[in-house]
Amino acid sequence: MKTFLRWALFAGLVSTPVLAHHGNAAFDVGKTRELKGTVTEWIWANPHCWLKFDVTEDGKTVNWVVEATNSADLMERGWSRLLFKPGDTVTVSLEPVKSGAPVGRVRSITLANGKVVGTNYIPRP
Amino acid sequence: MKRWHLVVTAMLLASAVAYAQAGRGGGQGRGGGQGGGGGRGVVSTADLTVLDGWGRPLTDPLAGGKTPGPAPARSIDGMWEPADGPGAGIQANGPSSMPSDGKSEPPYTPAGKAAYDSHQALYGYRAVLPAMSNDPRDKCDPLGFPRANFYQLRHTQFIQRPNQVVIMYQFDKRYRVIWTDGRDFPKELPDFRWYGYSVGRWADPATFVVNTIGLIGRERVWLDETGRPMSEDMTVEERFHRVNSHRMEITVTVTDPKYYSKPWVPMDKFPMKLQANDYDIIEMLCVPSDMESYHRDFADPASGIIR
Repeated sequence: MKTFLRWALFAGLVSTPVLAHHGNAAFDVGKTRELKGTVTEWIWANPHCWLKFDVTEDGKTVNWVVEATNSADLMERGWSRLLFKPGDTVTVSLEPVKSGAPVGRVRSITLANGKVVGTNYIPRP
Repeated sequence: MKRWHLVVTAMLLASAVAYAQAGRGGGQGRGGGQGGGGGRGVVSTADLTVLDGWGRPLTDPLAGGKTPGPAPARSIDGMWEPADGPGAGIQANGPSSMPSDGKSEPPYTPAGKAAYDSHQALYGYRAVLPAMSNDPRDKCDPLGFPRANFYQLRHTQFIQRPNQVVIMYQFDKRYRVIWTDGRDFPKELPDFRWYGYSVGRWADPATFVVNTIGLIGRERVWLDETGRPMSEDMTVEERFHRVNSHRMEITVTVTDPKYYSKPWVPMDKFPMKLQANDYDIIEMLCVPSDMESYHRDFADPASGIIR
């Protein structure tokens, strides 16, 4: 089942939730890209937070921007303002935009220590 | 000039996307992005503890198997939150009982339809690209009322005093004062207000009814996230019905003869549950300078605008 899910996610057949509240129209809804890179800036802001990270592919480095939702909402999902610092290695699963620009919105982010943050709310008592 | 070429291209793309999304309903927002378990990219948060704004673990008012008691008479005081989870009140695709799905729309008058058509919303079946929206909240303008109920309704504190009820919203730290001292509305409104003039009464011991007039309208505020309009003639009735000691339901009816041919109910029995009284609300603001940076770094490139 796990293997199937991995394959299905890779093939874009199953969409995992994304984090944003600035609309769906710009996005290639349902598509997922996974990128490994190095954090350049983590902007903890309202009404959105966003992560900038460098991705090197074929010898060329591109600075990607991935948006998440607002800081209050992220705290309820286990994120924090100290989650990333410049130089951190991250693997970002994102939904890209249709324009082809190096931007997208977060599905999940895996940190170098294996911790993963995503779109699920922390269960409430 | 080059930028405007790109804007026009982006608008065409937005129309195509909006058309493609018609009837899809949009997956983001209403559920707040809550996902199921299992699979890559879906993260378990089961081992984490949810904290309040003070950094303290939440306490369950019904801990230890306590069951809710009857609704207390004539009391609405307390810290409330959407009963179906923190994402349930986001209502990005329109208020809970009238989502923008391209099938059902409120009963617009011709003027209401024209106002709706002039709105380029970020959500709903006609959603546009982030850089194309003319939603006032996209500049961090106040949501106003009743949109405060129809978008980002999260932790909401009711403070009941002998002569008034104060409702404090988490989103943008806004509050409203509901007068319960028997006063009537002002004979002449000193001004139109973003959050109106509100009076409240108990229809029965478990139902607090609030009527609101004097809303700013005039295209300064929208009714919801999908661009439904409201005019300065809009009046609003809210019914806060306490089902029991730990649960209430919110029903909102809007009347606006300028923009809608008859009253309609955007929110019908929306459930809220009582949170622990010591809960400290996490600060949640719309900060104009942050929004500006967001547009520069994200929304513009996402919309195909290259500076």
